[in-house]
Amino acid sequence: MKRFLLLFLLCAASPAFASEASDIAAIKAQLGAMQHDYDSRIRSLEKRLAKAEGELKVARAAAAKPVAVASTAGTGTAQSFDRPAATPTDAPAPDAAPQDVVADNIPPPPAAPPASNNAFNPGIAAVLNGFYVASTRDTQKQTIRGIPAGDEAGLPSRGFSLGESEVSLAANIDPYMSGFLDFSMADDNSLEVEEAYILSKDLPYGLTIKAGRFLSGIGYLNERHAHDWTFSDAALPYRAFLNSQYGDDGLQVRWLAPTDQFLEFGAEIFRGDSYPAAGATHGGQGTATAFMHTGNDINESSSYLAALSYLHSRADNRETDGHVFTGNDDLGIASLVYKWAPGGNPTINNLTLSSELFYGREKGTFDALPFSQDRFGWYAQGVYQFMPRWSFGLRYAGLSTSDPTASLIGSPLDGFGHGPHAETALLEFDTSEFGRFRMQYTHDESDLKPNDEVLFQYTVIYGPHGAHRY
Amino acid sequence: MRKYLLFAALAFAATPAHANLNVFACEPEWGALSTEIGGDKVSVYTATTGAQDPHQIQARPSLIAKARTADITVCDGAELEIGWLPMILQQANNAKIAPGQPGAFDATSFVRLQEQPSRLDRAEGDIHAAGNPHIQTDPRMMLPVAKALAARFSQLDAANAPAYAGRLADFEKRWNAALAKWTAQAAPLKGVNIAVQHHAWIYMEQWLGLHEVVPLEPKPGVPPSSGYLAQVLQKLQATPAKFVIRAAYEDDRPSTFIAEHASIPAIELPFTVGGTDGAKDLFGLYDDTVNRMLQGLKK
Repeated sequence: MKRFLLLFLLCAASPAFASEASDIAAIKAQLGAMQHDYDSRIRSLEKRLAKAEGELKVARAAAAKPVAVASTAGTGTAQSFDRPAATPTDAPAPDAAPQDVVADNIPPPPAAPPASNNAFNPGIAAVLNGFYVASTRDTQKQTIRGIPAGDEAGLPSRGFSLGESEVSLAANIDPYMSGFLDFSMADDNSLEVEEAYILSKDLPYGLTIKAGRFLSGIGYLNERHAHDWTFSDAALPYRAFLNSQYGDDGLQVRWLAPTDQFLEFGAEIFRGDSYPAAGATHGGQGTATAFMHTGNDINESSSYLAALSYLHSRADNRETDGHVFTGNDDLGIASLVYKWAPGGNPTINNLTLSSELFYGREKGTFDALPFSQDRFGWYAQGVYQFMPRWSFGLRYAGLSTSDPTASLIGSPLDGFGHGPHAETALLEFDTSEFGRFRMQYTHDESDLKPNDEVLFQYTVIYGPHGAHRY
Repeated sequence: MRKYLLFAALAFAATPAHANLNVFACEPEWGALSTEIGGDKVSVYTATTGAQDPHQIQARPSLIAKARTADITVCDGAELEIGWLPMILQQANNAKIAPGQPGAFDATSFVRLQEQPSRLDRAEGDIHAAGNPHIQTDPRMMLPVAKALAARFSQLDAANAPAYAGRLADFEKRWNAALAKWTAQAAPLKGVNIAVQHHAWIYMEQWLGLHEVVPLEPKPGVPPSSGYLAQVLQKLQATPAKFVIRAAYEDDRPSTFIAEHASIPAIELPFTVGGTDGAKDLFGLYDDTVNRMLQGLKK
């Protein structure tokens, strides 16, 4: 269209200037000069392009055949590789080998740009879990003698069941914070927000602040998600005293000392709404914790992590199986983890030994009757990877509680002089870092009558899942 | 309150006014290169050894403590450390070495990576989206990385920039001479067929013109079954290899099995500084690598 318009204008204009032939000649001359100018410019560009191609060929050839280039260069160096030689006449035919290094002044090729709407999507990871349990007694009717435990302290039910499935979303929010959200879907189709917190990224002096709902940093295993536990279930003291693990809504501050010895201190305040706390007392600040972690390498092959933790919580009308507790719960935990791998290379063989001691007291009223109970629990476990993908583990866990006052004899606080304990053996096969099959046998004497349980479990992780803790 | 004051006092006391650059090197080759470029202006801590698999390191407390006080991490990048470094960075909470900061140096950002997978799927095994990360198997890669590292050290520690530039020039000179020596020594390896345990040697294969007949892992990072090893033997019957190589940190059983059944030597290569006794430093790494393969050729 434009061209026609131009023609029309030219036609219209030509009669007016027809007489001025000299002007036309001048314009022609100008056009000719311009054309010549462009031709020469294009030729010069073509020359430069050809030269550049020649240099590229040399660079490629140098990359593929540094020996040949070194000999032709005569200096005996491979400098020509880093800085392509400017002697195209020496250029051998382009080699099949692609260029494998770029000179450092050329930026690396950008990664494929992500689709715009998805560019800032968080990392989404899923954890799937499945169980098959065979046991001599119904696992759902088991209790832990002497302890009025919470509702997540038990084992999976008999037969096939889906364990907790988790979906987590993790991303940086801005330069100062990152966010983490973890849903857990129980096998009864109930959805639970397991963790939802913001974490500081940029605080000075080794300080980190976490706020929201999260698993407390007390003990060694508490902070780990169930899929990261060494055995299929939590050890008996965790089940009895912490309802498998303690997580709540609150605030955490950690400080990592600037020392070669790993030394970390942390403190938390929680709402106090989950076992062993209840009722969000003190205006929704019912639980306080403090913990200290320290660790180091012992030598090239072994390392350790030790921790001391303290949890104080307040329960207001905590219900467990129809019984009501109101009072204070104090719990101290001492943890020690030792890891060994030949030469520090855990891929073929490795060993992890860990043990935790729990000492605590619950004091208050149980079904409106005053009581005070001292409790002690411990476990020790070892897992040995005896060949790539295969590991074997053993665990012993035990508890003891002080005898109740006469008025509470026969209540769930009464251990009947029976010290609950459980012995567990584990065989694990990992298909990769993301897939795992387990067979676990437990002789469980947490209740008065022993239960023998065989448990099969698979756990898989897919999606961008963060690295695991030590 | 007194406790917090104590903490604060400790935090300040532990930060000397004029310290060397604290380098947290993820792998021994980058620790050695940092020492070559930084000399006495840097304090290098190397997080892993030649006996360890850099894909699989436990986020040990000692590593977190070292990362807490580091001024710069010198790592391979390209997701090689994805199984452990992010956890260390998160726990160390050191803003200087957070990804994207000048204190986060990834060697693979300064060279052209190969084998970007066309299909990103964990069914393909242990693959890296950015490409094959094992660039240190080709010594030529050290030149662009050294140059970038000297620039980065100078950026973080401008007062010592002339020292870094001087050391870089000296390193380049010695390295170019060594490259010429290795390339000449390794001439008999050109066109030689080899088998590899982990598909980690493509850069070295291109440097020396080696030809990889088959990897002993069915997929990267997946240990071979006996059935797969039988297939490897069949392939080696059709296309014989001169020897089979593995990194010092790897399980020696698959390569020993293949070596016995195919009657070829199995060669342990250092893979990184400290992987073998001969690979004492960056120069020794390639001296030993070339020597060991030349020995294999004679057998």
